[in-house]
Amino acid sequence: MSAGTLYDKVWDLHRVAELPGGSTQLFIGLHLIHEVTSPQAFAGLRDLGLTVRHPERTVATVDHIVPTTSQARPFADPLAEAMLETLERNCADHGITLHGLGSGRQGIVHVIAPELGLTQPGMTVACGDSHTSTHGAFGAIAFGIGTSQVRDVLASQSLAMTKLKVRRIWVDGQLQRGVYAKDLVLHVIRSLGVKAGVGYAYEFAGPAIDALSMEERMTLCNMAIEGGARCGYVNPDATTFAYLEARPYAPAGPAWERAVTWWQSLASDTNAVFDDQVDFDASTIAPTITWGITPGQGIGVDEAVPSLEQTEPDERPIAEEAYRYMDLAPGTPIAGLAVDVCFIGSCTNGRLSDLQAAAAVAKGRQVAAGITAFVVPGSEQVAAAAEAEGLDVIFREAGFQWREPGCSMCLAMNPDRLEGRQISASSSNRNFKGRQGSATGRTLLMSPAMVAAAAVTGHVADVRLLLAP
Amino acid sequence: MTSAALASPLPVGPITQVRGRALVLRGDDIDTDRIIPARFLKCVTFEGLGQQVFADDRIELQGAHPFDQPDHQGARLLLVNRNFGCGSSREHAPQALMRWGIRAVVGESFAEIFYGNCLALGIPCLTASHELLLAIQTAAAADPAAEYELEVATARLRSSQPGASWELELPAGPRQMLSTGQWDGTGQLVGNGAALAATAARLPYLTNFAG
Repeated sequence: MSAGTLYDKVWDLHRVAELPGGSTQLFIGLHLIHEVTSPQAFAGLRDLGLTVRHPERTVATVDHIVPTTSQARPFADPLAEAMLETLERNCADHGITLHGLGSGRQGIVHVIAPELGLTQPGMTVACGDSHTSTHGAFGAIAFGIGTSQVRDVLASQSLAMTKLKVRRIWVDGQLQRGVYAKDLVLHVIRSLGVKAGVGYAYEFAGPAIDALSMEERMTLCNMAIEGGARCGYVNPDATTFAYLEARPYAPAGPAWERAVTWWQSLASDTNAVFDDQVDFDASTIAPTITWGITPGQGIGVDEAVPSLEQTEPDERPIAEEAYRYMDLAPGTPIAGLAVDVCFIGSCTNGRLSDLQAAAAVAKGRQVAAGITAFVVPGSEQVAAAAEAEGLDVIFREAGFQWREPGCSMCLAMNPDRLEGRQISASSSNRNFKGRQGSATGRTLLMSPAMVAAAAVTGHVADVRLLLAP
Repeated sequence: MTSAALASPLPVGPITQVRGRALVLRGDDIDTDRIIPARFLKCVTFEGLGQQVFADDRIELQGAHPFDQPDHQGARLLLVNRNFGCGSSREHAPQALMRWGIRAVVGESFAEIFYGNCLALGIPCLTASHELLLAIQTAAAADPAAEYELEVATARLRSSQPGASWELELPAGPRQMLSTGQWDGTGQLVGNGAALAATAARLPYLTNFAG
């Protein structure tokens, strides 16, 4: 059983009561909501005659259903408009802050909470979205929940939870040039599989993790859930504090020093006990891409689609399903595979540094003939910062479309979607069958720089060969 | 399929047993995007989701999908494999299964958020070893008309087939929550008001680190 880890400390601090049956009532420090998984929760609250216990600890934005071409109201899609209106009404009725379109603060929920300083070390963070694990980058215990649980958090600012085990993912060495946090996490998931994390929180630690920026740590923790781990986290350190200082909701003045002292005390002890540990070496990781229909079906850009013989016996049925669905034969080199659509964005890779990395590849090049390429900033703040340094111009001149912020084609709840059998090079997080809006559409997950490389070459390409020496 | 859901009320109160026919859905890592594609999430109520369950998989299989087969209409028990319900946290997935008519799921393993979402709806998810699960699936596939009875208190599954009885796994916590009706536990969480206030009072970030 783990002891002395950040997970143990934060869990203990937020423990409200032990519930009959063995689960724990856990206080939720920050609750984030959006338009897709909250309407039924508010309806449930009304049905039970309850109110919101801590409206000041719930923060809302709109992201999943917003169009990225024009965000003028009312939306062309009446269902999307109805969802946003419902969120606006629920927030107004219950006194919840909504960072709406045009506020300057709207964006993907997992992008805006960190950039506003809402997400802080030592918090428990819950949201009706599985990629809530993102916030673990700050040393928070953050996890996705369903709509009934959203109702419970609204009503009680707490949840009935069962404690997880803790696996330390220790990463030595340093990522090589052209290799990013996305490649690291795809490599981890490829190595451990999509089920290994079930029942675990993942602590990411080691020299390679220490060297990551906050945005890279967010990419890493974002995809913990794709490895089956409901939450992933990184211990707070000087990088964390430097990111948070002076953000709108971060502590300020004398409170700042006290906050930093407290945050430092929460990091896993040097003699902390973990339930499990797995070691990696960052320096050996290549740009990594998924070829199949789960995020665990990844390979290095210089590798070929694995054969059944190279696949663990348990994984062979889904490998065969992936060969069929992707129309890829075992042994096919992934480099050179032609793509149709290139998507840069999402809660995984829609932040400023992601757009900078992609722009560095796009600059002075042209999107290949026949390719649709578009960039969706993760938030209004990301868009403004990118435009301030001219990234929008670089992308437009290269033939990319520059869109408005939202979740967009990560899950295609808005008009952005694949058509038919199109193949996308995507900086998002899921390559499930049908994920990007076409029941037969195909997704290759990769870093934003690799997406840009695919856009300008027309096929999967090793971005290391395109970067200036 | 709508009639199947209408024939059985949604779970309420103590869940002591689930009775009915079983439906086998084979495959590991069946994600919630497949259970309910994202386009059906554009809604402000869960009503109607039962008809959309596995929408794209069913279109692809043109009537051959287990949820479309006539023998399976009205089935209450879903038999799956490993890591069922992975991916998106959307409660729309268990809602769609429940509104189609499913009242319990048995698998080798479940994704955690899906498992919790099912529990919050009063849908027991029980596990079994790889070998045991394949045996149950084989038996169920061979006789879709067999009637099953799942007893929550003992986690025992019996079928109308002679001698067919299996011991499944259901941890003590969910077992108690289901059998006492506490799976619907909002009232209990809200009721611990004093303990909630005490916890809030010791969290430095709620008091601007004044301590």
